Amino acid sequence: METLWFIIVAVMLTAYVVLDGFDIGAGIIYLVVAKTDTERRTVLRAIGPVWDGNEVWLLAAGGTLYFAFPQLYASSFSGFYLPLMMVLWLLMLRGIGIEFRTLIPSGIWKNFFDAIFSLASILLAIFFGAALGNVVRGVPLGPEGYFFEPLWTNWHLGPHPGILDWYTVLTGLVAFVALLFHGAMYVAVKTSGDVATRARGLAVLSWPALFFLTICSLVATYFVHPTMMNNYRNHLIGLLVPAVVFASLGVMIWAAPKLKDKVAFSASALYISGMLVGAAFGLYPTVLPASTGPAYSLTIYNTAAGRHGLSVGLAWWVLGAALALTYFLFIYRMFKGKVQVEENESSASAGAAAG
Amino acid sequence: MDSALIIHRLHFAFTVTFHYLFPQLTMGLAPLIVYLKTVALRRNDPTYDQAARFWARIFGINFVIGVITGIPMEFQFGTNWSHFSKFAGGVIGQTLAMEGMFAFFLESAFLGLFLYGEKRLTPKQHWWSAVAVFLGSWLSGFFIIATDAWMQHPVGYNRAADGTFELASFWQLLLNPWAWWQYAHNMSGAVITGAFVMVSIGAFYLLSKQHLEPGRIFVKTGVIAGLIFTVLQLFPTGDQQGKLIALHQPATLAGMEALFEGQPGAPLVLVGQPDVDKRQIDNPLIVPKMLSFLTYQRWEAQVTGLDQIPQENWPSNIPLLYYSYHIMVGLGTIFIAIMLLAGVLLWNRKLFDARWMLWILLLSLPFPYIANTAGWMTAEIGRQPWLVYGLLRTADGYSKTVSAGNGWFTLLGFMGIYTVLGILFLFLVRREIERGPLATSDVSH
Repeated sequence: METLWFIIVAVMLTAYVVLDGFDIGAGIIYLVVAKTDTERRTVLRAIGPVWDGNEVWLLAAGGTLYFAFPQLYASSFSGFYLPLMMVLWLLMLRGIGIEFRTLIPSGIWKNFFDAIFSLASILLAIFFGAALGNVVRGVPLGPEGYFFEPLWTNWHLGPHPGILDWYTVLTGLVAFVALLFHGAMYVAVKTSGDVATRARGLAVLSWPALFFLTICSLVATYFVHPTMMNNYRNHLIGLLVPAVVFASLGVMIWAAPKLKDKVAFSASALYISGMLVGAAFGLYPTVLPASTGPAYSLTIYNTAAGRHGLSVGLAWWVLGAALALTYFLFIYRMFKGKVQVEENESSASAGAAAG
Repeated sequence: MDSALIIHRLHFAFTVTFHYLFPQLTMGLAPLIVYLKTVALRRNDPTYDQAARFWARIFGINFVIGVITGIPMEFQFGTNWSHFSKFAGGVIGQTLAMEGMFAFFLESAFLGLFLYGEKRLTPKQHWWSAVAVFLGSWLSGFFIIATDAWMQHPVGYNRAADGTFELASFWQLLLNPWAWWQYAHNMSGAVITGAFVMVSIGAFYLLSKQHLEPGRIFVKTGVIAGLIFTVLQLFPTGDQQGKLIALHQPATLAGMEALFEGQPGAPLVLVGQPDVDKRQIDNPLIVPKMLSFLTYQRWEAQVTGLDQIPQENWPSNIPLLYYSYHIMVGLGTIFIAIMLLAGVLLWNRKLFDARWMLWILLLSLPFPYIANTAGWMTAEIGRQPWLVYGLLRTADGYSKTVSAGNGWFTLLGFMGIYTVLGILFLFLVRREIERGPLATSDVSH
């Protein structure tokens, strides 16, 4: 039962990163690929109807984590206090940037919210990567199962690391480039003309960096957390995950220059999923390793809620997930195809045309 | 007093109070918008469509801020109240996770369609998207209330060996009687906010002699909804809520009424200032025996006073609790009077020309917000010193690892961001009101 909920939470978080990842990625490249107001509205319209729904995956995953593993929720959220609060602020700023930009037809107003949107997207990508890095590396858990991490200490690993050290900065960069590629391919799929060409070009340009950083992070993880390899040694099927990661990387650089945008986008979704599933597979059954010694590590067994609650939850979760999936298919179908924004349409009539 | 405890309480109180200014209008407007759209569809009346579209624009801006300020609420259970989360997560994690799975997905999916999809959908489909958003926002409200109701009146749980709460009965948790009365009372309060806001903007248009036709629709719709729900707010929902408090939280009732001495035939204090040290009410204006009658329907019934409760179980801020409660009830009573008067004028077809009444309706705009906020303060300050009533004290629930300094840092950060958000909101809504119901939609991407 605990294992099942571990898988459910991992799948929900992966869905969040893949879905919100492309609109965060679109934010990362926003100022570079979209120069004119028309182009910017094109990019925003590509993510406009879906970004909020994508973000709900984070809330739903958080709620499910809270419900299934209350002790893990309590420890990790209080321990990652400062970075989580900053993530919240960034999510807020980003939401305002997207939603309020179009409300006033003024160049200065729009430029301001464009900058907010893009900056918040860039920082969010790095924060999320660093967060995953923290979970893999381990945190200074005490005997009570709590910890508090400062933002940084001396940038080294050790029993009392900060949120940021060389390893988590590395994972932050991996996330940044991965979401950049992911978002760029989404924009390429959803738009046409100059914007699509620039986005595709940027994706191809970023690929070598992504390849190099991926290898660095995998090697670094091997040295930072050697016990993660145990699950792979004991269950060889796990090796499929890195195979998928590298195959996806190959497909990404093969498809993008050939204008096979949908293929490249799907491959980058698979790449991101592979990286996350790989981390989850290596950690299991630990959910938050302790840098202070494995005895203090939090596992699915010492953090899970009561059995009865977990089985009841399964019933409504399946129902809720089926409903959510239905809405998502419906919405993506409604807004499928490339978005069109006419050059001369005023901001006021844009909504009607989009409608 | 532990300074970290104070900061964590302030942190939650500030963020949740600001947050709830927005959902109360969202949840209150949602059924009114569905009503406007229904009339538009039935009668094929474009004015009602315009009215619905205007309120959808206000709704959209309001909804965005509601979502943005709502995300930190779920997070704070873990960040600032980790001990509470560890102990209670096995139970209230259920309702919070269900909110995500059932309400958030529904709302977020159909909000996009509702706000941006009118041209792509048939009128009927668009009507359904409005209904879905309405359902989503009301479901969301239910799961939050069910969570709070469990903290007020815990049911359906077991205690594990390590003291944590485990779910024993899913249906007891969802069918908690406290939850259903609190939900009814709260949602009725939200509709009152929606109705007053709609009436107020309508009155503004009529007084300033612009957008007369939609203005009349706003006033009429708002007054009818307002009249129904201000009455429901008092009876049965408020009345039943009060009886539950008398039954399960006698200390809270004593604090709300500042009843220092338990007695048969207890009086109701209308106005007066509680002096907790001297255990008396200064300058009291009272109705003899009324409290006994309202609570138990018997003039001589015994009402528990604070003197019969150990002081460590008293609500920790009795004056604030007393004022919150009295402000809520006082305003609620005035709302009924205002809506009755406006309803009579509407019935006699005099309302649209009665400028004095329109002025009253215009100026009443902020008061439902104050009443709703005061109501929540009554519920939550009244629950003190307990986090889970009778089982877990607030002082044992916060994150011991997060220092007061870190709490201050993020509290100040939220204050800064929310100030900006508040100004932005007022600016954007004022602009929508100025553009009026005839403007074409530009809520777009």
